[in-house]
Amino acid sequence: MIAGEPFEIRPLEQFELHPALGAVGHAVNFTQSNLFMVAGALLTMALLVYGSRPRATVPGRWQSLAEMLYEFVHGMAVDQIGPEGKAFFPFIFTLFVFVLMGNLLGLIPFFFTYTSHIAVTGALAVFVICLATFVAIRTHGLHFFSYFLPEGAPIVLAPLIVMIEIISYLSRPVSLSMRLFANMMAGHMILVVFASFVVMLGSLGAVGALGAIIPFGINIPLIGFELLVAVLQAYVFAILTCIYLHDAVHLH
Amino acid sequence: MDVAVAAKLGAGLAMIGVAGVGIGIGNIFASLIASVARNPASEAQVRPIGLLGFALTEGVAIFALAVALMILFL
Repeated sequence: MIAGEPFEIRPLEQFELHPALGAVGHAVNFTQSNLFMVAGALLTMALLVYGSRPRATVPGRWQSLAEMLYEFVHGMAVDQIGPEGKAFFPFIFTLFVFVLMGNLLGLIPFFFTYTSHIAVTGALAVFVICLATFVAIRTHGLHFFSYFLPEGAPIVLAPLIVMIEIISYLSRPVSLSMRLFANMMAGHMILVVFASFVVMLGSLGAVGALGAIIPFGINIPLIGFELLVAVLQAYVFAILTCIYLHDAVHLH
Repeated sequence: MDVAVAAKLGAGLAMIGVAGVGIGIGNIFASLIASVARNPASEAQVRPIGLLGFALTEGVAIFALAVALMILFL
């Protein structure tokens, strides 16, 4: 920080996209967001390939990590969707690991969080809803539209209920994408705001530097909380996908 | 009123929504503790549901926070 110049908090600066990989990336608009998506995918592949290589009866660290990840998502898919969940397991596993990698990679300083862009989470959520609707229409045909009028509902209220059900169905991709995006964006903004307080107080001399311990101390548990949120939001994204697919397969 | 001042007031007002989230999360964990205390064997089943409820409720607080931060910095 240059002395005399007023310090400005700019928490949104970290979400700006810049071309990565030099001139080649610039020509094809390959941003650091895409770079971290590729990095996340490669890391996942490395974990799964390296982890499943030993095929030991008593698994080592990496093998048990890969197996736990696999079994966790498999259990979630089968528990939530039912036996049909096995067909959707690869999709849910990919989705979960992609979101998890984005959230966790973003926690490393100077790394970019690709899930903090609504363009990314929105595309994922729209894809999930389109898949659920496609599965529902394929399994149930036109019977799918009975989903919007629950059984036992009084026929007088039908116009109102159908309206509400359609609106709630269409708001699913919005809430699904907004939840993940807003969680990631707000979390990283709070970290920058408190880190800026450290810099602002530190420029006030000895007393300010002593006071700067407080925002610095707040940032440390915040990182831990962000770690929890990163895993929890990936879990929530995956489990809500499972619930939507359950609705598609079973219709209520 | 100056627009910059109004924006700061608006950001403060946007955070009122967090009060409801506080009540909601308190309710979730109160019920979680009560159900585990009544039937400790059910903890493995109840805990993921409680955490899911926590995450969904916390999302509302994050929406309010995102609105407040956007008013301040966007």
